[in-house]
Amino acid sequence: MKTNKKNFNFILGIGIIIFMVLFVFLGRILPLRDANAIDATLKFAPPSLKHPFGCDNFGREILSRVIQGSFSTFCIALGTVFIGTFFGIIIGALTGYFGGLVDEILMRINDAIFAFPSILLALLFISLLGPGTYQVVIALGIAFIPSFARIVRGEFLKNRNMDYVKCAKLLGASDLRIMVIHILPNTLKVLLNSVLIGFNNAVLAEASMSFLGIGVQPPDPSLGRMLSEAQGFLFKAPNYALFPGLAIILMVLGFGLLSDSFEK
Amino acid sequence: MRYALKKIVTMMITVIVVTLFVYIAFNLISGDPAISMLGTNATPERLNALREELHLNDPVIVRYFRWLIALFKGDMGVSYSYRIDVSTMIFDKIPVTATMAAMSFILMIVISIPLGIHTSKYQGGVLDRIIMILNQIIMSIPPFFSGILITLIFGRILKIFTPGGYVSYSNDFGGFLWYMFFPSLAIALPKATMAVKLLRGSLISEYNMDYVRTAYSKGNTTNGVIYNHMLKNAILPVITFLGMALTDIIAGSIIVEQVFGIPGLGRILLTSISNRDYPVVMAIIVIISFMVLVVNMLVDIIYSLIDPRISFEDK
Repeated sequence: MKTNKKNFNFILGIGIIIFMVLFVFLGRILPLRDANAIDATLKFAPPSLKHPFGCDNFGREILSRVIQGSFSTFCIALGTVFIGTFFGIIIGALTGYFGGLVDEILMRINDAIFAFPSILLALLFISLLGPGTYQVVIALGIAFIPSFARIVRGEFLKNRNMDYVKCAKLLGASDLRIMVIHILPNTLKVLLNSVLIGFNNAVLAEASMSFLGIGVQPPDPSLGRMLSEAQGFLFKAPNYALFPGLAIILMVLGFGLLSDSFEK
Repeated sequence: MRYALKKIVTMMITVIVVTLFVYIAFNLISGDPAISMLGTNATPERLNALREELHLNDPVIVRYFRWLIALFKGDMGVSYSYRIDVSTMIFDKIPVTATMAAMSFILMIVISIPLGIHTSKYQGGVLDRIIMILNQIIMSIPPFFSGILITLIFGRILKIFTPGGYVSYSNDFGGFLWYMFFPSLAIALPKATMAVKLLRGSLISEYNMDYVRTAYSKGNTTNGVIYNHMLKNAILPVITFLGMALTDIIAGSIIVEQVFGIPGLGRILLTSISNRDYPVVMAIIVIISFMVLVVNMLVDIIYSLIDPRISFEDK
């Protein structure tokens, strides 16, 4: 029963992710209308065969915009997780492996940042850096470092006194070699799961930031901004809000199910 | 007691670290406030006079402590854009955001604990499966989209509230609470689903414990075992989660306020960010992080009261 459920989550999660990836990449290959093309005659066109998701208040194709928006959300989330993991691993590995005063100080700072909601931290960085796509990646990336650092540090702390590390030391391996070749591969399982959860949080955070108007700048489409624009026409054209929202939910659901199936 | 004291001291240190970080960051990037107040065409004499008046020529650390002390006295400086005291701008907005956070928190508990207990009791059953599938889907909904869905369902289809018809708490407190119920629900739902999952998992792992078997063999009913024995143990990870969720709720209210058109701290924060009105941004970030840190500290203390092992280990 238990393994069945895990397998089910895994298959469903992978299925949703493959569906989303195909949706985004096929959408970029197929000859759809340009996401930013305006056509006044198509203003609020309801969903139909020709316009599967309908058109928005400027007569732009919602399907193309959802595809473009999902793509940029995906890329931003990927960039965020990359920055978070990369620096998180470096900080976590060094502090966990060497310990000492630096560890103590860095972990105190880490705790202080960790107690801070990441969206607030990202807002703080945005108010300093100004709005924009790259700024969002940097802001969210920095906001995500502490949680990764904390996880990696815990793993390194656990591993550094294990027999295999002691053996490697006796054989004369350098600290760098022990950290990269011996301990790091042993943290991958835990790391993979937190990367998946981090990816989900990044998707949600990016959508929230562009919803607030401080992420991807118009006219380029983003799921969050589409939702905030759609809100004004919620009763007139609910499809405008539902499809971008659905894209976010599917993305998060897919990765959520996948990370669930990896849990012990 | 000693544990609580330790937590309070740690919190105060964190407040200092956070405020120092915020202050220095804004000082490095925001540029010269004198120029932003007088414009780039101001004469050097006027700029210098204003700098003297604002004590901008003192070292950063001195200015920081002056700012911090003033902050605790309730003086948060003057807004660049509106030229009025920041405190008068934001003080009457704090109850709005705080009410929303408190309501979401209560809703989250009211929804999640009964559902968590129920699903764990009937695990594998039809209702459990339906609830868990719904749970997984709702978990993936960002709070602003759940806000939009709630507006659509309760505002358009059921017509039991007017979207955008915010009522101020000073005019009609009942109406205010009724309006706030919907944004609170939007924030609480996704968080509650996580709590359901956690409580369910934590209760299920308790079912195999020896003490549960003993409790059953002493003639307790299932409900008796759950409420008098298991819940006390199973609730611990949930409390940690609830504390973290409250942090997210406070931050999430910034976003949901926009969906429902609520004039709380979030709205001023966003307009101030786009206006580069740094004193206001700083004050709001400090207030929100202060709320968050106090909540974290309270959760730690409550946790130690429920689980005596924590404060015991610390001695």
